[in-house]
Amino acid sequence: MSEMTHYREVWAPRPPRTRLMVWFAWLLLVALFVYCWQVMTENTIWAFVSDAPRQAMDIGSRMVPPRWGYLPELLEPLWDTLNIATLGTLGGIVMAVPVAFLAARNTTPSARFLRPVALFIIVASRSINSLIWALLLVAIIGPGLLAGIVAIALRSIGFVGKLLYEAIEEIDTKQVEAVSATGASSVQVLNYAIVPQIVPTFIAIGVFRWDINIRESTILGLVGAGGIGLKLQSSINVLAWPQVTMILLLILGTVVVSEWVSAKLRRAVI
Amino acid sequence: MTEVTYADTWRRPPQIVKRRAWRWGLAVGAVIYLMLALGTIDIDWQRVVVGLERGQRFVAGFLQPDFVSRWDDIAQGLIESLTMTLTSTVVGILISVPIGIGAARNLTPPPVYLVCRGIIAVSRSLQEIIIAIFLVAMFGFGPFAGFLTLSFATIGFLAKLLADDIEEIDERQAEAIAATGASWWQLINYAIQPQVMPRLIGLSLYRLDINFRESSVIGIVGAGGIGATLNTAIDRYEYDSAGAILLLIIVIVMLSEYASGYVRKFLQ
Repeated sequence: MSEMTHYREVWAPRPPRTRLMVWFAWLLLVALFVYCWQVMTENTIWAFVSDAPRQAMDIGSRMVPPRWGYLPELLEPLWDTLNIATLGTLGGIVMAVPVAFLAARNTTPSARFLRPVALFIIVASRSINSLIWALLLVAIIGPGLLAGIVAIALRSIGFVGKLLYEAIEEIDTKQVEAVSATGASSVQVLNYAIVPQIVPTFIAIGVFRWDINIRESTILGLVGAGGIGLKLQSSINVLAWPQVTMILLLILGTVVVSEWVSAKLRRAVI
Repeated sequence: MTEVTYADTWRRPPQIVKRRAWRWGLAVGAVIYLMLALGTIDIDWQRVVVGLERGQRFVAGFLQPDFVSRWDDIAQGLIESLTMTLTSTVVGILISVPIGIGAARNLTPPPVYLVCRGIIAVSRSLQEIIIAIFLVAMFGFGPFAGFLTLSFATIGFLAKLLADDIEEIDERQAEAIAATGASWWQLINYAIQPQVMPRLIGLSLYRLDINFRESSVIGIVGAGGIGATLNTAIDRYEYDSAGAILLLIIVIVMLSEYASGYVRKFLQ
């Protein structure tokens, strides 16, 4: 009988070399974290930080009870906020649909020139927050609802465009083949083979984005783009904390309702 | 024998709303809403015309960005944003892992579950920018308040997705480990952690991306980072510097998106 092979006594999930590498990666991460922490807190005034609990108690005690009598004044800004979100979503969708068709690999007219342009539009719109869009637009077209609507629309292009073009790329190609076998033109293929497949996804994306936009439009007023955020900004500026509580409660309620509506609608469509 | 007549034209059946009355109702409702909503926007056309010239200058600034003249401010803002992003993501993950485990129904008793789900709900329903306003009021201006804001926002995002993921694990592996007489910690370590780790790393990278994007916004209310620099640039009507900052944000977001996509593919 040949000699027995010796196995390791203790079980370990990975071979030694991999374990060493994983350990090293963790070490690197910790070192990076410590370094970043030091760079970040260089100018921090620790006296303010140690004072924070007292400040929090102070603000907290001023915030309750909320000023319920302020509610009627808030209804008009709330209506404005809803309009910013809804009209902005509509505008965003109108602009996003052609971009999505240009960006999808199977519908783009030219993969070499138009597709990269469309993809850049999507990335640029996605990486700039709606508040920054609003900041720019307030400077350009002046404070008011229009700046908010355009900001929401520009921000929505990227989100709707990305999800929509991924949906277009994942369609069933057999239906496209069947329709084009009847001698349909490319517009007819689009109309009868591609569009029916993506309509449910399209509506779900639109409703989902509308829900996110309600959330985002509540704060656009902070930079002057209209809606309930304007009231929030002016209340904070005069340190009227009971009014701030009231506004935050109203925002919370609106967000919860819009989330519920959008969940219902999406379940009905898909 | 009677002649059977078939339709010789075809109409596409309605796709979403099947009832005719509903279709009409929805269309009329939409038109009325649009009229009401569009009526509330009052556009000051003179202001728009004045602004268009400014818009042209902005587009020109975007096409010819000026990285040089405000480079010190931009570099300072970028460093603040990047360090804030990394530290807040790490701290956010460290806090959200225990909360995520606590919010998984299959691991914890109901009281702990409810408390953890409550924390998640609070963190998710508050906007980053509103949290930032309060934290700046408490902790003073600067990146420390931004760091706290982003950490808090990370908890809601990561703990929820982690908890949902733990609730969907393969129960058989947990049962097998439990059958060997493993303690609760060993169960977490050998049955749960290997199943959720790839997704947790993917989500963490995604959150890193989101935190960078958010860090460019919360500076507007004084929480440090590139947003403060951007806000100043726009206030001074220096659109070429603002264009440079926006381009930098876009490039960094694109790079991090590619990098995290690559790492996620590598992990799976």
